[in-house]
Amino acid sequence: MDILLYLIPIALSLGLVGLVGFMWALKNDQFDDMEGNAHRILLDDEEEE
Amino acid sequence: MESAAISAQPTPDRPLGACLHCGAAVPHGTDFCCSGCEAAYGANEAISAQFGFAALAHDLGENEHSLTLGVEGIHCASCIRFIENALAGGEGVSEARVNMSTERMTVRWQGPKERADALATSVTKLGYKLHPLTDEAAPQTDQEKRLLRAIAVSGFATANMMLLSMGLWASTTETMGMATRELMHWISALIAMPTVIYAGQPFFNSALGILKERRTNMDVPISLAVVLATAMSLFETMNKGEHVYFDSAVMLLFFLLIGRYLDARAKGKARSSAVQLLARLQGFATVEEGEKTVQVPMRDLREGMTVRVAMGENIPADGVVVSGTSSADLSLITGETVPETVSEGSEVFAGTLNVSAPIRVQVSKASEKSLLSEIVKLMEVAEQGQSQYVRLADAAARLYTPVIHSMGALTFLGWWLVMQAPWQVSLLNAVTVLIITCPCALGLAVPVVQVLASGRLMKRGILLKSGDALEKMARINAVVFDKTGTLTLGRPTLVSTRHDPKYMALAASMASHSKHPLSVALADAFGGSLIDLNVRESQGQGLSAEHDGIELRLGSRKWCEIEGEADDAALEIWLSVDGVAKERFEFADKLRPDATEAVASLKEAGLHVELLSGDRKAVAETVAVDAGIDAFSAEVTPVEKCDRLKSLQATGHSVMMAGDGLNDAAAMAFADVSISPASAVDITQNTADVVFQGDELKPVATTYNTARKAMSLVKQNFALAVVYNVVAIPLAIMGHVTPLVAAIAMSGSSLVVILNSFRLNLMRDK
Repeated sequence: MDILLYLIPIALSLGLVGLVGFMWALKNDQFDDMEGNAHRILLDDEEEE
Repeated sequence: MESAAISAQPTPDRPLGACLHCGAAVPHGTDFCCSGCEAAYGANEAISAQFGFAALAHDLGENEHSLTLGVEGIHCASCIRFIENALAGGEGVSEARVNMSTERMTVRWQGPKERADALATSVTKLGYKLHPLTDEAAPQTDQEKRLLRAIAVSGFATANMMLLSMGLWASTTETMGMATRELMHWISALIAMPTVIYAGQPFFNSALGILKERRTNMDVPISLAVVLATAMSLFETMNKGEHVYFDSAVMLLFFLLIGRYLDARAKGKARSSAVQLLARLQGFATVEEGEKTVQVPMRDLREGMTVRVAMGENIPADGVVVSGTSSADLSLITGETVPETVSEGSEVFAGTLNVSAPIRVQVSKASEKSLLSEIVKLMEVAEQGQSQYVRLADAAARLYTPVIHSMGALTFLGWWLVMQAPWQVSLLNAVTVLIITCPCALGLAVPVVQVLASGRLMKRGILLKSGDALEKMARINAVVFDKTGTLTLGRPTLVSTRHDPKYMALAASMASHSKHPLSVALADAFGGSLIDLNVRESQGQGLSAEHDGIELRLGSRKWCEIEGEADDAALEIWLSVDGVAKERFEFADKLRPDATEAVASLKEAGLHVELLSGDRKAVAETVAVDAGIDAFSAEVTPVEKCDRLKSLQATGHSVMMAGDGLNDAAAMAFADVSISPASAVDITQNTADVVFQGDELKPVATTYNTARKAMSLVKQNFALAVVYNVVAIPLAIMGHVTPLVAAIAMSGSSLVVILNSFRLNLMRDK
């Protein structure tokens, strides 16, 4: 059962990475405009003039 | 119109014969390619003369400013890009962002505050209307964000603790060593403690708040169960015991938080509708003061002032036209799509659009007393009334919670005092009772059906906007329809047939140059190839062109120099060739193709169907007869619509209102439930509980039938959940429920409820 000592921390830290990622996205207003970004992705990149 | 309006900006050195607004080729002697461009050009001329936006800019310090404005008319990806590019091109602009969901734009720049006007003008030049906002707060409220964070934390905790719990459930002290079990308990405790403290806050705060008022709600037993379960589990973990239920506590929080979040979002959407509408009365008006004109905020307009309204501007207040002749788009108030001609002495309303020429208007009512404001007030009153109705659910919970509390307490006392059991066992049983009575299956009974029903309706182009739309719709026994745009398509179509093919081709070719609704209808009705013509448009009168040296005119009776009045009420335009009237084209707003069928199926379901129209009696009667509606009233004002609904409700009817114009918005808020087509004005769609797409009326019947079915499933679900509680609670009280049994019973009852709900998808369309 020694393997648990490795696997549980690994599982927890993977989950934590996801949680921190979500918190970061929320803090940076990534969820403020659910419609606009869906459309924005269809636009080509701006060409430098 | 849109693509034309945003394709290019006007340039001072435009080639001769190019549209002033978009640069497209236009006939010699005219300035615009279409009336849309003309209106957009008029709008930016008008707005560039106003220096009001600078006052709204925020000072961010170090010579940096920001401005947030509402934008009207964003529909697609290119709109976002055009606006952002226009803003980013401004001097010193560091950030320009359009939020499509909330129809707002934010721009930041380095430089003087006054640049706000130039930046705003660069957007209005593209044909978008800007308006100041009453609240510049983030649309996604802090409350929603807090809930989302709590969901994320509890979701993370639930997933990880389930991994551990599965191992614990599947094993016994014989197959898993005590040391390992203890390790797992401690890890669970480590995850659960912070989670409960953090993610439980929405419930704890609400429970504490309501307890201070000496009342209870559902959050009290939830908080109690979570806190007790966590505290006892911690105690057991420290004492190497077996009664560890961190997982139940955390999972309960996770599921409840999801429901709480969805609820908060639905409420937030409804709130913003009235605010958006009043934004039309937030700008500045040009008021005459002797020889000069001054800019006055619209809300400061008073009776007797004379205001100038440029082309493409919103009329700032209710009033009477003093001079000038123009056409006004009154669709906001009347729901009629064809612009009306207004001239000296005509009454105009705040919030409507002046389309074709500058006019001077004498204000007859201050803007807070205008018809638009009245409608908004009516809506607010009605919405407050509805939220009281929603609180009934809380009232039911208030009755239920004392029962849960006393059952939990009695279980504990019974085991401890009467049965002489150790206090851990007594408390465990009490907590089990609290958790098991906590309405998990009951909680799923409604949302699952709602999700399935809204998904099913979505596939048919029907959008459920409010959470309780189905519930309310299943209870109705009367339907009230608006006419224009609801029973009918809301746009004129050519109804006269047997036209001379030659004249038809000429008329359609001319009409294709105009954006007037009747011209569009005429051009749409023509299937052949168009003749190349040089067409001039005279606003509000008609079109003229030359073909083989002969003068052609297409337009009103007067424009074609025809004597006498029309002998019927039909919408008409005439074609005259060389001064002689040749051809009359008749138009009517046609019924939606399946209106008769849809009305019949609603009647068959036993509903009282009624028509309330703002239109003339003759027109309303024709439509009512065609659609098979017996009860109808014509020439009804928005306020009278509300009164009629109230009197229906007073006689015991539960009413669904179907409408599309602003004149219906208040009535729709008063109705028990409301539905509107996707072609409706924004504000009406915001008010409506249900929005449907397409030219058919069948969605109204489909929604009703689905709602009926959904509600019967909800009732079955409630029955199943109650049966579960009746069986499980006594067992829990008697202490027969081990954690494994509780887990199976809980998920089992939830599963049964979900499976039952899926029967909705077996329903056939009628």
